[in-house]
Amino acid sequence: MNLSNLSNLSVGLSTYLLVGAMLFCLGLYGVFAKKNMIAILMSIELMLNAVNINFVAFNRFIWDQKVDVHYVLTGHVAALFVIIVAASEVAVGLALVIAVYRNRQSTNVDELNWLKW
Amino acid sequence: MFKEMHDLFQWAWLIPALPFLSFLLIAFVTKRSKGLSSTVSILAILTSLGIAIAIAYSIIQAGAKIVEHPAIVNVNWLNILGLKIDFGTIIDPLSAMMLFVVTLVASMVQIYSLGYMHGDKGWSRYYAYQSLFASSMLGMVLATNLLQLFIFWELVGLCSYLLIGFWYFKVSAREAAKKAFMTTRVGDFGLLLGMLFLYSKFGTLDFVALSAALSTNFQNIAVVGTVGYVTVMAFLVFMGPLGKSGQFPLHVWLPDAMEGPTPVSALIHAATMVVAGVYLVARMYFLFHASPAALEFIGGLGAFTAIFAASIAIAQNDIKRILAYSTLSQLGYMMFALGVGSFTGSMFHLMTHAFFKALLFLGAGSVIHAMHEKQNIWDMGGLWKKMPITGWTFFIGVLAISGIPPFAGFWSKDELLANALQNGHPIIYAVGLFTAFLTAFYMSRLFFVAFMGPEKPENHPHESPWSMTIPLIILAFFSTVGGFVALPDHNFAFFIHYGEFEREAMNWGLAGISVIAGLAGIGLAYAIYIKQSIAAESIVARFPGVYKVLRNKYYVDELYLWIIHNVMDGLGKVLYWFDIYIVDGIINGIALITRGSAKTLRRTSTGQVQTYAMVFFFAIVVIFMVFALGEGQLTALNPLATLGGVK
Repeated sequence: MNLSNLSNLSVGLSTYLLVGAMLFCLGLYGVFAKKNMIAILMSIELMLNAVNINFVAFNRFIWDQKVDVHYVLTGHVAALFVIIVAASEVAVGLALVIAVYRNRQSTNVDELNWLKW
Repeated sequence: MFKEMHDLFQWAWLIPALPFLSFLLIAFVTKRSKGLSSTVSILAILTSLGIAIAIAYSIIQAGAKIVEHPAIVNVNWLNILGLKIDFGTIIDPLSAMMLFVVTLVASMVQIYSLGYMHGDKGWSRYYAYQSLFASSMLGMVLATNLLQLFIFWELVGLCSYLLIGFWYFKVSAREAAKKAFMTTRVGDFGLLLGMLFLYSKFGTLDFVALSAALSTNFQNIAVVGTVGYVTVMAFLVFMGPLGKSGQFPLHVWLPDAMEGPTPVSALIHAATMVVAGVYLVARMYFLFHASPAALEFIGGLGAFTAIFAASIAIAQNDIKRILAYSTLSQLGYMMFALGVGSFTGSMFHLMTHAFFKALLFLGAGSVIHAMHEKQNIWDMGGLWKKMPITGWTFFIGVLAISGIPPFAGFWSKDELLANALQNGHPIIYAVGLFTAFLTAFYMSRLFFVAFMGPEKPENHPHESPWSMTIPLIILAFFSTVGGFVALPDHNFAFFIHYGEFEREAMNWGLAGISVIAGLAGIGLAYAIYIKQSIAAESIVARFPGVYKVLRNKYYVDELYLWIIHNVMDGLGKVLYWFDIYIVDGIINGIALITRGSAKTLRRTSTGQVQTYAMVFFFAIVVIFMVFALGEGQLTALNPLATLGGVK
């Protein structure tokens, strides 16, 4: 993690992590602030993809050629997993949204407060 | 010879087992058939009587051998860590005597009940209880250790409860049954404590082992503490007999127990169960012998009970109550005899008393039967002519209990009174002598009033059926000749004694004094109730206070009621308050706190998903910060450190 890398405008690990963090925060904001359930689902996708960026970036920059002769794909595989999980999650999530909408004619999360005291 | 005898003694367990079998048979099979139930029960007890006689006979044949080496059969019953309990049978002259007495009286009573209980709805139930009682009593007699004895001891208590409350539809019978059960339970509690104490000190409850342990460890145990463990043990164990044998102050249940059928009173509350306490003291005599203080106490208490109960009996009018107080008084005799060291006299009196008191009770039952349930002696009169067999046998019973030779009571009473004087207890001797006078007086009063007084025209008494008179005749026979066992060379004392056996010559001088006391009592009763040269009313008028106190049995029942009403109920109120305000207060307080905090905390559940998500997220941030700041101290808990970490 060398700061001089940034000042030289060369693309290093920190750049990727910064992008990942920004994406994650965007997603977090969406989850906290959006009222539409579909928007919240999309925000969750953002957060997941932020994680994916981190995975791939770490995989690329932590790899040490002197130790492992062949290129290691662990991070990529993890990212692929996340994508698959995200796809399933969206499928279930959208189904839920449709079910809720049929029941209440609304997708506003503020109105989904039946489970309170 | 000895070998064959042992073969017989191995079968001693049959004696209690047969009545128990009959109890099961009646309860589960022959319940509906009255005739079968009584037949089964009587056959069982008669067989037991046969075995008991065979055992008694072979003991007499064996002589000194069996006195020194009792025949013991033990079967391991229960073996938990550090606790080994056997079930077994012990055959020595003492238990053989008890077996004979119990089976004899029990079979007489069961035959007698054929007539007395005729037409009763609870016939089968009655015989089932009778069998169960016989079985438990005989099991108790044969017990080889204190726990076995205690189990059967409680079983006879249960049977007593069931039979006192036999006519459960009568409120008084129910109450009396409960009273008997609870009063004896007070004593049993002490007995149980005594058992635990003995067990913790000696590690065994077996009579033989305990006796050996006490004789070897006697010295180093006696010096522990100021009172001495042995004395404490003896007093605790004695609490059982105190309740069971109706010694003052736990005597109150016995007179009330007369609510049961009269044959039951004869068997349980006169001849057998109530002497269980005396038997226990005799079995555990090695313990009491080791504690002079306990023996002194037993002697004093027994003498007090004897005179106390005898004085109450004078002022009673109910035929069964007179006999009940008489029983208490005679139990007092047996107890003080044990207290003054007259082991033989006590057991001798136990035996003769069983004969003549069972006879008297069965005679009273015959009278009550003829009088159609009237029990007041002043309602009777002239019964001798109408009921000659009952009259004559009752007369023999009265002579026997009054200590008139040659009847059984004379020999045993003389033996224990003479021993009291010889062993240096002149006061107890004097009390015993005076009680003998009182006994003769109240028994003759009962006899003169009920049997010889003027006939009452409204009564139409008739002699009882043969099933009732034959047991009377048999018991009258034993009441007459029962005392002669003191006469031969190998006499009663030779077989049943404690310590070294010494042949004692009959002290005819002391015997004469006892006889004079008895005759004086009879004479006084004759003068008052037959000749009427002394008016009973004038005596009552002269001592109204004394009469009132005696009539009301020294107000002991009233005192107990007062104690229960004031002390117990007062304590109950305090505890009730404690329960309501302290115990319930704590519970209710906890509930209130829980409800209050829940009321406040449930506001946090808003139902807003996004609020939850925020709390979740920031909580995780906080946790990570804690770990991050605490790195170094909390390395083990630091998730980054565990993962290998990012440098």
